[in-house]
Amino acid sequence: MKVAKDLVAASATPMVLGILAEGESYGYAILRRINELSGGELDWTEGLLYPLLHRLERLGYSESSWQSVAGERRRKYYRITDKGLAELAEQRRQWDTVTDALKEIWLGLGDRRPLTAIPLGCRA
Amino acid sequence: MTAREGQEELEAQFEQWRRYVLRRRELQPSDVDELEDHLRGSVDELIAAGLSPDEAFLVAVKRMGSLDELSREFAREHSERLWKQLVLTGDPDSPAADTHSRRDMWAMVLCAAGAAVSIKVPELFGLRLADDGAFYARNFTLFALPWLAVFLAWRRQARRPLIGTLVALFGLGAVAANAYPLAEESKSLVLTSIHLPIALWLVVGLAYVADDWRSSRRRMDFIRFTGEWFIYFVLIALGGGVLSLFLFHTFNAIGIIPQEFISQWLLPCGAVAGAVVAGWLVEAKQSVVENIAPVLTRLFTPLFTAALLAFLVAVVWTSHGINVEREALILFDLLLVVVLGLLLYSISARDPLAPTGLFDKLQLALVVSALAIDVLVLLAITGRITDEYGTTPNRAAALGENVILLANLAYSAWLLLRFIRRRTPFAALERWQTGYLPVYAVWAWIVVLLFPPLFSYV
Repeated sequence: MKVAKDLVAASATPMVLGILAEGESYGYAILRRINELSGGELDWTEGLLYPLLHRLERLGYSESSWQSVAGERRRKYYRITDKGLAELAEQRRQWDTVTDALKEIWLGLGDRRPLTAIPLGCRA
Repeated sequence: MTAREGQEELEAQFEQWRRYVLRRRELQPSDVDELEDHLRGSVDELIAAGLSPDEAFLVAVKRMGSLDELSREFAREHSERLWKQLVLTGDPDSPAADTHSRRDMWAMVLCAAGAAVSIKVPELFGLRLADDGAFYARNFTLFALPWLAVFLAWRRQARRPLIGTLVALFGLGAVAANAYPLAEESKSLVLTSIHLPIALWLVVGLAYVADDWRSSRRRMDFIRFTGEWFIYFVLIALGGGVLSLFLFHTFNAIGIIPQEFISQWLLPCGAVAGAVVAGWLVEAKQSVVENIAPVLTRLFTPLFTAALLAFLVAVVWTSHGINVEREALILFDLLLVVVLGLLLYSISARDPLAPTGLFDKLQLALVVSALAIDVLVLLAITGRITDEYGTTPNRAAALGENVILLANLAYSAWLLLRFIRRRTPFAALERWQTGYLPVYAVWAWIVVLLFPPLFSYV
């Protein structure tokens, strides 16, 4: 199973902000973390990740700097800002609403028989 | 293969990949750094999983997906990058280039200010712009071009001999413009005012090419510089015109008429300073903006060809001889200059190794029709120039220029023809044009220096 592209795109921002909220990180590590979290089901490309990171920076949700940690290459690290944390909280609220609503539906459906097509009124 | 060799090969592959990716306008060096780090992360992981370095590299690059898609995604976030911007204060990502361009800018500001001040200096000696128009007409470029040459020579860190030559030539120009006893209404005065700028511009060219004045490539760069400089100067002049209009009308509305300020200060100082600023802009934006002169050439070559051919057809059809007015030669000189310009600027933008195409044939048609027209004009005029009006400096200069341009275009047409028939490489045409530059310089100096005494200062 692969997650649909639209869903990947929609969840990208809260996902990256959430990972950055865990601590500062760089592109490759973020991608690996997403892979790990989703068990390899989320298909992220570099073309999705890096422009998104740049967008978050432009919007002021994150800051970046080139750093070289001892024994490693020089890398561009991203760090979440206060504004980014606020945005993350807001996104989280929205996602909670969506997932809660979905959960309600899934639970309700679980009680009934499997989905069948419901006829649209009676044909005259 | 040893581990070290494998590592070296891997580095070479990274380097190659970098160069390939950097060609994309949407991706800037800092993005490529970031992507390279990503690629290295992937490669390291794959090597750790047991792949050989070049296998790991291949897989990692493959995983990154197509470059087209990647740059499309980058372009969505950074759409401004598709519009190349001229960064006046340098690139924030590279401090070295930043200080460099800042220094350039200050040098430009100094030279422009020097030019603006220098044109007001003669006023201290009682030469007012309003009353001594002839003095300013002769000397105008002497207040602008030396400053542009100073800026260029400074930028290229010209050596002493070159600086000496530049000073000597500008000095010679100043002497030529002022030493001869030319009356205000003399013909030679007009000739000097037209030819001195040409002579001095080629001196600026000497400052531009600096040490490499023999190199054909550098001379071609100067031709490119000239085209772009001209376009920038015209744009600056248009902006200046709008500024003076607003100044005039807004101050007029409150009862102050700033005419004197505009005509005595703003326009002359702005014009000489603008010449320096335009030169700096061309130098600064060389790699930033597409050259515009070749674009205009592409647009206008077909149109001019059509116009000239139509004119030729009309001449033959109506069997109407060209009516040679007194100023006809000058008009046709200008026509040849335009045709030469169209030729030069398409040469300047052409890849010398590209095969012949339709555009080359079009150019040949343009040059040949211009030559045909010019020959008709010359035939019509030769009899009359000696008999009817006698030789005046104006007519001698116009005829001399016609001969120079005709010789250039005729040989160019020959080279173009040979190029189209694949007998000579394109570079021959380029070398011919760049080699011809000194001819213009020599002629301009002849007109400026020798014509007044030859025609006994009429």
